[in-house]
Amino acid sequence: MNNDHKLVASVGADQGRISQENLEIGLFQILAPDGSYNSEAVPSLDDDAFRELYRWMLVERTFDKRMVKLQRRGQIGTFGSGRGQEASIIGSGYALKDDDWLLGMGREAGAMFLQGLPIRDLILFWRGLEDANREMAKHNQMIAISIGSHLPLVTGTAWGMKLADEDNVVTAYFGDGASSTGAVHEAVNFAGVLDVPAVFFCQNNQYAISTPFEKQTNARSVAQRAIGYGINGIRVDGNDVLAVYEAVSEARKAARAGNPTLVESVTYRRDAHTTSDDPGRYRNESEVEQWQERDPIARYESFLRSEGLWSEIDRETLVEEINDEFDAALAAADEYEQRSVDEIFEYLYDELPPYLQRQLVEFKAFLEERPDAYDHIEQRVKG
Amino acid sequence: MQETIVGAINDALHTEMATDEQVVVFGEDVAESGGVFRATDGLKDRFGGERVTDTPLSEIAIVGGAVGLAMYGYRPVAEIQFSGFLPPAFDQLVTQASRIRWRTRGEWTAPLVVRTPYGAGVNALEHHSESLEGAYGHIPGLKVVVPSTPHDAKGLLIAAIRDPDPVLFLEPKHIYRSFSGDLPEDSYEEPIGKAAVRRTGSELTVISWGAMMEPTIAAVENYGVDAEIIDLRTISPLDHKTVVESVKRTGRAMIVHEAARTGGFGSELVARINDDALMYLEAPVERVTGFDIPVPLLSMEDYYLPNPPRIEEGIRRVLDY
Ligand SMILES: Cc1ncc(C[n+]2csc(CCOP(=O)(O)OP(=O)(O)O)c2C)c(N)n1
Repeated sequence: MNNDHKLVASVGADQGRISQENLEIGLFQILAPDGSYNSEAVPSLDDDAFRELYRWMLVERTFDKRMVKLQRRGQIGTFGSGRGQEASIIGSGYALKDDDWLLGMGREAGAMFLQGLPIRDLILFWRGLEDANREMAKHNQMIAISIGSHLPLVTGTAWGMKLADEDNVVTAYFGDGASSTGAVHEAVNFAGVLDVPAVFFCQNNQYAISTPFEKQTNARSVAQRAIGYGINGIRVDGNDVLAVYEAVSEARKAARAGNPTLVESVTYRRDAHTTSDDPGRYRNESEVEQWQERDPIARYESFLRSEGLWSEIDRETLVEEINDEFDAALAAADEYEQRSVDEIFEYLYDELPPYLQRQLVEFKAFLEERPDAYDHIEQRVKG
Repeated sequence: MQETIVGAINDALHTEMATDEQVVVFGEDVAESGGVFRATDGLKDRFGGERVTDTPLSEIAIVGGAVGLAMYGYRPVAEIQFSGFLPPAFDQLVTQASRIRWRTRGEWTAPLVVRTPYGAGVNALEHHSESLEGAYGHIPGLKVVVPSTPHDAKGLLIAAIRDPDPVLFLEPKHIYRSFSGDLPEDSYEEPIGKAAVRRTGSELTVISWGAMMEPTIAAVENYGVDAEIIDLRTISPLDHKTVVESVKRTGRAMIVHEAARTGGFGSELVARINDDALMYLEAPVERVTGFDIPVPLLSMEDYYLPNPPRIEEGIRRVLDY
């Protein structure tokens, strides 16, 4: 028998005890809120990439703005905006490669676009069209609406990548609320045991609907939990796009070497939880204003200025271009091909079983015979 | 007074918390913000943070925690924000809640209530629309209640909180605010396990519950059949007697539910009718239900839901048999 397992009493500074105080939780940051930065720590990207990061953050902001407007006009269903989280979403998304997998929760639009998802399809998703998910799957993406339920799948797909000896990774996007679900604990722990190429990217935007982070957990951070799962954690300033990019790049590299990593990106959701929510009931304006002062886009602008890259950027023209792109995507969503009831029966199984075939045939006959049924079927926006 | 269903639920919680100090309410977003549907509005202000608690996003711990509190003598009323998020806690219902009394030979009990809005028709995202009452009704030891009017919502919820056994209280969110009804201001109970006859009739018995009561009543009225309409109100334990006696009188039966057809609770009702009223039937029992598919996303969800024309076609089939 090997003696390593023998218990040795009262060893070490704390004599076998650990508390929250033992975990000093710092924050990885490159760009300070006042715009100053440590040039040594700046990731080695070329000038085009630095400018691209800026453009993508504007894409995120514009998309969120336009989608909230569409919802107000009844042209999409409930929508969850990522305003305020642009650096977190884009910094992380920019660190991923096209054939990486991204299993998300819905508040990471820009990261999905970065992997090639057309804007049109995310509009269709929020309009509640099953087909939107097909396009996501083609880009190795999926959105889980049951919070936290996708993390075990992340561990599993990453396990597959390991078995197949692939070079890519699987990234989970999830929130601080999700980190309280049972599924997340099992998944991250399991990933640690399996040494799989998974990146667990938690956007701690301070709230899960109305529940502030302090009521979500008594732990001081999400990142510190990594220790308990036996993996590494990084806690990064989620309003610093360079730091998030660097942190997720590091996590991705570690994951490929068989070290799954938990990244906590500390940021703030400035909009409502979704368009059905009224944040006035649980948070005060002064808090929102404080975070507005840490605006990730403004902070990055000052970096671009200092680096002499700003003179080549025309923000207004960029926003105009992005709005045009959005208009085109919206027009394409509006033109989405003719719908039929077949689509809700399709794909449940490889082959439609006879009883389901019968339900479909009978339903179509019914719709022919009783056109008054359409009085009870809300005519949704096209597409 | 006049109240909506969600208003009646809120009133029942206020009433019962004021009556019984052992009642505690918790769940995601129930305290500070009063619930995403405002069902728990005002409770924290009135009864304090000890008795009305926002929980972490932890369905397993919410339901399992309710079991523990109940074993210890409290009367927990836990909210699961949407019934589509109850499945992670299904294990706690099956493995623990439903068996505490049985396992401990009556030494301990688990008199808890899990409230959750269920059903389609509100244009929500995936997992916000399911009706799984059939699955929960299958768990021995668990009671499953589904009100369809403000009056019943209040009386049944109060009864559920006072009930000595675990109750899953499914709230038809599609009709949370679609109409108001008379609501007594005082405290009262509606019996769990007792169906309500919404309309008496002699040609056909139509059985439904929850959000499907509205289209069912509309279809019967539009069709002009002299139908008896039974609102089940409780899935488990089932009021077998009211159903069977009515079918014996009318000789024809039909069931309307929005849950998927296969293995839905309608199947159990057909079996019961076959058991005890087969010789009285003049036609096979008809079922109008959701299809055997996941509830579609919002752009197509209305195609899934039984509507009055579909129910009328069902009535025609039973009558014309
Ligand atoms: C399992 C589950 N429970 C409850 C909900 C309802 N719900 C939707 S989003 C949300 C809060 C999520 O918070 P977080 O994980 O921090 O992500 P955020 O929305 O803040 O980005 C809740 C409770 C859900 N979708 N899934």
